[in-house]
Amino acid sequence: MQGLIFIPELAFIAVSLIFFFISLGKPSRAFVQNAAIVLSAILVLASLGGLCEKGSLFYDAYRIDAYSQIFKVIISIGLFLIIFMGYGLRGISEKYHPEYLMFLTISSMGLVFLTSSVELITMVLSLEISSFSLYVIIPFRKTAGFDKQMESGIKYVLFGAVASGISLYGSSYVYGACGTTYFYQLSKIIPGMIATSPMAMIGLLMLMTGFFFKLAMFPMHFWTPDVYEGAANETAGFVATLPKIGAIALLIRLAAFAGVDRPDFVKVLMILSFFSMTIGNLSALVQTDLKRLAAYSSIAHAGYIMIGLLTLSTSGFSAAIYYGAGYVLMNVALFYVIYHVAAEGGNVTFDSLKGLYKRSPILAMTLAVSALALAGIPPTMGFTGKFMLFTAAIEKKYYAIVILAVINAGIAGFYYLKLIRAAYTTTEENIEKTVLPASSYCLGCVLIVGIIAIGIMPQFLIEMALKALETIL
Amino acid sequence: MDQHLIYNSIGYPVLSAVTFIPLAGALVALFIKNETMLKLWGFLVTVFALVLSLPLYTNFDATSVKFQFAEVYPWFPALNLDYVVGVDGMSTLLVLLTTFIMPLCILCSWNYIKDRLQEFIFVVLLMETAMIGVFISLNTVMFYIFWEAMLLPMYLIIAVWGGPRKDYASIKFFLYTLIGSVFLLVAIIALYIKTGTFFIPDLMGQNYAFMFQFWIFLACALAFAIKIPMFPLHTWLPAAHVEAPTAGSVILASILLKMGGYGFLRLCLPITPEAVAVCAPYMIGISVVSILAGGYLALGQSDIKKLIAYSSVGHMGFVTLGVFLLNSQGIKGAMLQMINHGITTGALFICVGIIYERTHSREISANSALGMFMPIYVTFLGIFSLSSLAFPGTNSFVGEFLVLLAAFGKYPVVGGLAVVGAVLAAAYMLRLLQKMVWADSDGHAHHGHDEGHHGHEKEEHHLSDLGFREAAMLVFLTIFVFWIGLNPSPILKIMNASVDNLVTQAGADKVVGVTAAMK
Repeated sequence: MQGLIFIPELAFIAVSLIFFFISLGKPSRAFVQNAAIVLSAILVLASLGGLCEKGSLFYDAYRIDAYSQIFKVIISIGLFLIIFMGYGLRGISEKYHPEYLMFLTISSMGLVFLTSSVELITMVLSLEISSFSLYVIIPFRKTAGFDKQMESGIKYVLFGAVASGISLYGSSYVYGACGTTYFYQLSKIIPGMIATSPMAMIGLLMLMTGFFFKLAMFPMHFWTPDVYEGAANETAGFVATLPKIGAIALLIRLAAFAGVDRPDFVKVLMILSFFSMTIGNLSALVQTDLKRLAAYSSIAHAGYIMIGLLTLSTSGFSAAIYYGAGYVLMNVALFYVIYHVAAEGGNVTFDSLKGLYKRSPILAMTLAVSALALAGIPPTMGFTGKFMLFTAAIEKKYYAIVILAVINAGIAGFYYLKLIRAAYTTTEENIEKTVLPASSYCLGCVLIVGIIAIGIMPQFLIEMALKALETIL
Repeated sequence: MDQHLIYNSIGYPVLSAVTFIPLAGALVALFIKNETMLKLWGFLVTVFALVLSLPLYTNFDATSVKFQFAEVYPWFPALNLDYVVGVDGMSTLLVLLTTFIMPLCILCSWNYIKDRLQEFIFVVLLMETAMIGVFISLNTVMFYIFWEAMLLPMYLIIAVWGGPRKDYASIKFFLYTLIGSVFLLVAIIALYIKTGTFFIPDLMGQNYAFMFQFWIFLACALAFAIKIPMFPLHTWLPAAHVEAPTAGSVILASILLKMGGYGFLRLCLPITPEAVAVCAPYMIGISVVSILAGGYLALGQSDIKKLIAYSSVGHMGFVTLGVFLLNSQGIKGAMLQMINHGITTGALFICVGIIYERTHSREISANSALGMFMPIYVTFLGIFSLSSLAFPGTNSFVGEFLVLLAAFGKYPVVGGLAVVGAVLAAAYMLRLLQKMVWADSDGHAHHGHDEGHHGHEKEEHHLSDLGFREAAMLVFLTIFVFWIGLNPSPILKIMNASVDNLVTQAGADKVVGVTAAMK
């Protein structure tokens, strides 16, 4: 039945609607929270259910294949983790809880659409569905004496609008040059065009800009630190993870257009990657606010992911997918700690981490593991991901970018270490214990085990990624 | 693969057990609350690992050059990556050194570590797993994973239980080693892309282009030279040693520094022999500078730990010198020197820890004239100091002698300069011994009749002599000092075949080949 292949999307639409109806009444806080967890778990099941589906919809503008389905699973698991992580939604006014959850779901739904979009206009629409809900929820924040949420909301809107504009402009170039908006036709025309006409390449790069924005990649990275800092912790946790997965999904599709070995194209991506890593890491060194630090580190990580993309090879793309999935897990772990350390929903600085190991060993351990993973120390997912990214780049003999990435990894080690040091080495007297609910405690354990176990045994995820890539390459 | 391996035939997977039992012990330690139980548990786990590792010595086939006690399990087929472990003569000795030293690390922390004991036991056991893992890994990825896994526990040992400048020391340690080792990762990947394998024996003896070898060698050598450490990359070491708690210093000196030397022997020499042959003269030059600089700097130290730390730079200079002489005698000397340094310097750090627990100072002047109050202690201190300066009859003599012999045979000038280093070692160690045993706090030699003042002061500090636990540790190490010093052949026998095999892979013929090619 044709409708079955649309199950994950239908589930997302249904859940958004349910939240909408909940928002009409006056439900209790606990009801909303528990409903959110149950519903997001259903979304995970629905995406898993759709994992093996194949087909296309809407006059071939929307394709269901292994590639899109895997991203849908990652996105729905990410959403589940974010909702679970932020249980209680302490940073958001209680009366907005149902709306907040609705917009989170709609934004994820946009990303889900994005992964299946194989046509330019569908793609832009999906991107906007995802972005608009985020524009709404970024200023949602309830913290006494904090007034940066509006500023960050406006920044996100403005930068987002500019990025969308450039993206649209790029897609008009691409359409102008190629005469079609369908990806499968573009992928036949563009490789030849890039060699002969610069317009196609410029168009393609501009088209990618919208996704660079989502990925917080240089030169569209400026919004990141301010938005992370200004948004509520749970919102920042979302912005830092899921949109990146959507962006990776589409960037891989777009990068795959270039075909193989287009030196100019690769060179541009290399330069972007280098600046992203370097600017991100150097700026992160001096941050004291943890969310700003996470923001700059995410700019740097966008650079690492770009290494996978610019190889234009299966191994590079699969490494990027693996790294993206790992990145979601590592960042959820980081924001889980931030969320729980900031009991009142405020921002977390290095000072607030002092003596964390005494207050809550599980938070300290989760922080340490996520920091190690982000730094790329074995045996975590971060290491395995970097290892595969570098392998793909060296295979293509792109030694320069690997050496630069390696130096960057060294620099990054310093500020990740600062996190661990703050949590573990500063002792203070008479610290109150932070008691986590059992479910949050379990989440911490799951994140720790997940980051290490998938790091040691990456086979399953990589095989899935490779299988997915077969369908688009 | 099979032609390089002799599969494990002991009743249990000996290498995996020795590696992962400390890890399992570390996890169990998280659930033990009682402090005495924790210490006892830590000690028992390390002793259990030691007992399990003994068959490595007794069942080792010294005539074979293959990797023994091997275990192979599939791990990550997409990258042609297996879990494969095994040991040859060189790594067997280092695994044994590790399992022998680790119980002492728990023992020497018995009273020293007072707060956060649970975490301490946890990271020390974690450290043991990572260190043994490096020595038994037969593929480069596992080697790298264990290599990097050592970083955090060691960082925490310094940063949490260290001295007043622990922040500076621990971060310096972390960053130096991290930056060194990420280049190692690039080299590992480049080798894989070239050959399609991570399996170390398969990477050996292939005919790589010279420039390829050269870059691989440079990337690896940076990581190893930082770890061992060679001049001028040594500056993290004194800081780390001085700030680390006793157990941390012992782990650092006895085992961690050996990683660098082991890395050169395991990866650089057999995989990039031509690059090694060309770079050897430079490495020898740096080694000599390390020997002299280490000795010279040690001479000027007033802090006992710093003195020993700088002496380590000198001793490790002998190791790299021996390695890059590229002949059997030199490498055997280097290996022996590594084992000896592990025993002797570990013992010296334990001695410093013992006295620090009593006087709360590591200044030589504050710990003078101990001969009157702690006769047993100074006896041991004397033995280990003499061993450290390579006194004939002690273990270090044999190793240093072999290296010097090899150096004189090849480059007499280098040999001559290295002898100066040995003389410097005698100077600073004897000065230390003289001041700690006999001199009073003003540095004058202590005479019988002016005891009074300082004597009473020390007694007020409760300068009791060694307790049973402390004496037991030092007796244990003393046995090895003399055993190896008087009869090194059991140790040499284990490594002979492996070293000779290594030399044929990386030996002088490569130098001839390269020089011919360059002409």
